[in-house]
Amino acid sequence: MYPREAQLAPPNTPAPAGDLTPELLGAAEWSDQMVAAAGIPMYDIPFLTVGGGMGSFVTLDYLRIYGVPTSQMKVVSNIDTPWQTYEFLTRCSQIPRSERIRSDSASRPDNIWGFPSYGLQETWKDKTPAYLWQLLTEPLLNDYWTPRAGTVFESLEREAKRIGYWDMLVKGQVRMVRRRVGGGYFTVVTPPEGAAPTKRIIFRSRFVHLAVGYPGLKFLPDLQEFRTKHNDYQHVVNAYEPHEQVYEFLKTRPGTVVIRGGGIVASRVLQRLFDDRKKYGLQTQIVHIFRTFVSGSHGPHIWARRKGGDGWAYQGFNYPKSVWGGQLKAQMRKLEGAERAAKYKEMGGTNTPYRRHWQEQMRAGRSGGYYHPVQGTVDRVERSKDGRLVSYVRSGDGIVREPVSDYIIDCTGLEADISEHRIFADLLQNSGAHRNPVGRLEVERHFEVKGTASGDGALYASGSATLGGYFPGVDTFLGLQVAAQEIADDLARRGFVRKMGPLRSTSQWFKWAFNTPL
Amino acid sequence: MVPTLSGRIQTRLFLLATVGVIVTLLIVPLLPGPARPLGGRYVNALLILLAVAVLGVVWELIYHFLMQFRWEKDWPTLFGLLTLVPEGLLLYFLLRSGAVDFIDPVPSAAFWMHFTVVWICVWLVANGPMRVPFIRWRFRGGRVL
Repeated sequence: MYPREAQLAPPNTPAPAGDLTPELLGAAEWSDQMVAAAGIPMYDIPFLTVGGGMGSFVTLDYLRIYGVPTSQMKVVSNIDTPWQTYEFLTRCSQIPRSERIRSDSASRPDNIWGFPSYGLQETWKDKTPAYLWQLLTEPLLNDYWTPRAGTVFESLEREAKRIGYWDMLVKGQVRMVRRRVGGGYFTVVTPPEGAAPTKRIIFRSRFVHLAVGYPGLKFLPDLQEFRTKHNDYQHVVNAYEPHEQVYEFLKTRPGTVVIRGGGIVASRVLQRLFDDRKKYGLQTQIVHIFRTFVSGSHGPHIWARRKGGDGWAYQGFNYPKSVWGGQLKAQMRKLEGAERAAKYKEMGGTNTPYRRHWQEQMRAGRSGGYYHPVQGTVDRVERSKDGRLVSYVRSGDGIVREPVSDYIIDCTGLEADISEHRIFADLLQNSGAHRNPVGRLEVERHFEVKGTASGDGALYASGSATLGGYFPGVDTFLGLQVAAQEIADDLARRGFVRKMGPLRSTSQWFKWAFNTPL
Repeated sequence: MVPTLSGRIQTRLFLLATVGVIVTLLIVPLLPGPARPLGGRYVNALLILLAVAVLGVVWELIYHFLMQFRWEKDWPTLFGLLTLVPEGLLLYFLLRSGAVDFIDPVPSAAFWMHFTVVWICVWLVANGPMRVPFIRWRFRGGRVL
């Protein structure tokens, strides 16, 4: 047999044909000849969306309904269905298909009109008129009506089939998007092992849309430090990663859990702990640490005051309702720079919905002495002698607490910087993209990434990466549809598709209603 | 739909001019009251609709002001339905008092039946079917233009 060294390429060998070359990597704009010289197979597709999650799906749905055929569009993704990542994250954060998500009845990503709403659909399907009463009286006499996760996924599947989603899907990992000399873009894709003869393939497109979702999870620094130092990924967990072991452990013996964060995920995890406590007769103790402890209504003046209490800030959905179409949307659309950042700050802050069931559970927990909400910042987490976790918590009033627990669940949902995602890092470095006032990708009102225009082409982005733009609710179902509509209308202005008026919209709605394939 | 001020006003005028007029044309022959020529009753009913529209602009200013006290700057579905009570009462008393003298007095039953049916139809359309032809309407705070 050959000696081992002989199997390794010598250090100065040029990259094999079909891979990125130093020439390509170093050039901000590529010509067709440069790509051809690298030996990377090139495919033409007028519109390409990158991501293949909810953002790509909603955008393709809009464009298919506007009239773009599947032959004109592709989606590059490393997942099989548009809801795969969303379902993974919701399931980890304690929302299986049978539970209800935090989303409005009329925000339905499978139906661009939002009519009939999920509420009407579930009323019909479950024959439960009580849903109608809840819809009528929300949020005054009742909690907001919200759809079951299962309803969302099932209707997405129906719509994906109808628009021929899987005819447009290309499996692969997108490495970068670069501008093309003469207009449009090149998108470099690494196909799955063995799916293509070369390591990379390239799509040449006039339009590219980026919807790659959250750049990544970010841990609270003290928890990250503990995890790295002790190589312990079992006892200090993030609520967005699988952590069923916590609940399983608690079923075997009494234990204490520390929860960090005051948002919807903390509410969900709490509900699971309370539910299990009741269902299995457990003795679980819960210490809940709020960095910002909200004790009542809060805000600068009477016209900007949000309800709160017991640590939480209360809000029906993850943004105030008027960001999706009302006053806040109209105001933000006009703001630039520091003013825009200030407006984001004013309406921001972690929050959770006021749900009557959760309130009862927490009340019972406080009076029963097994739920302990406290304000504090955590200096560090250490391992105790018996192998448990000690949090050093400093409260605003100077008191230092040292709760000992078996598990710590990070429910803060911090997001990594956009530059953690290699596509964005490359865009910021090579393609003229820049950051908005809150540090993410700056997009136009029609979601074109500012600074990246290339000839008659355009590069769009939607979703979490664009938070901080002229439209705030980007990382939500309805926000993705707002973005998709802006993009579709911009593409209509550019002549790529016909703009949709009331008559065509109505006829398309009937096609949706009768599940007529497009 | 979560409205802006101009969206509120536009939606009201648009829906009264479409749904309101159609419902009025259908319902007037069925309204109780003394036998009078149908033409005159139609004109009167449409004038009432016009009064709802004109007064409505002022009402919308008030609703917009009240909405400012809500953190989310939203307008719950139920508010859209229940506002028929103050609006109906004001118009009813204006008509009874003769303050709006170009509209003939109408029997109470006829007024309330007409007013309520139109209101509920407009409210129902605004809470769903309106989005079918007008896909941009809900994202623009209810603006039709």
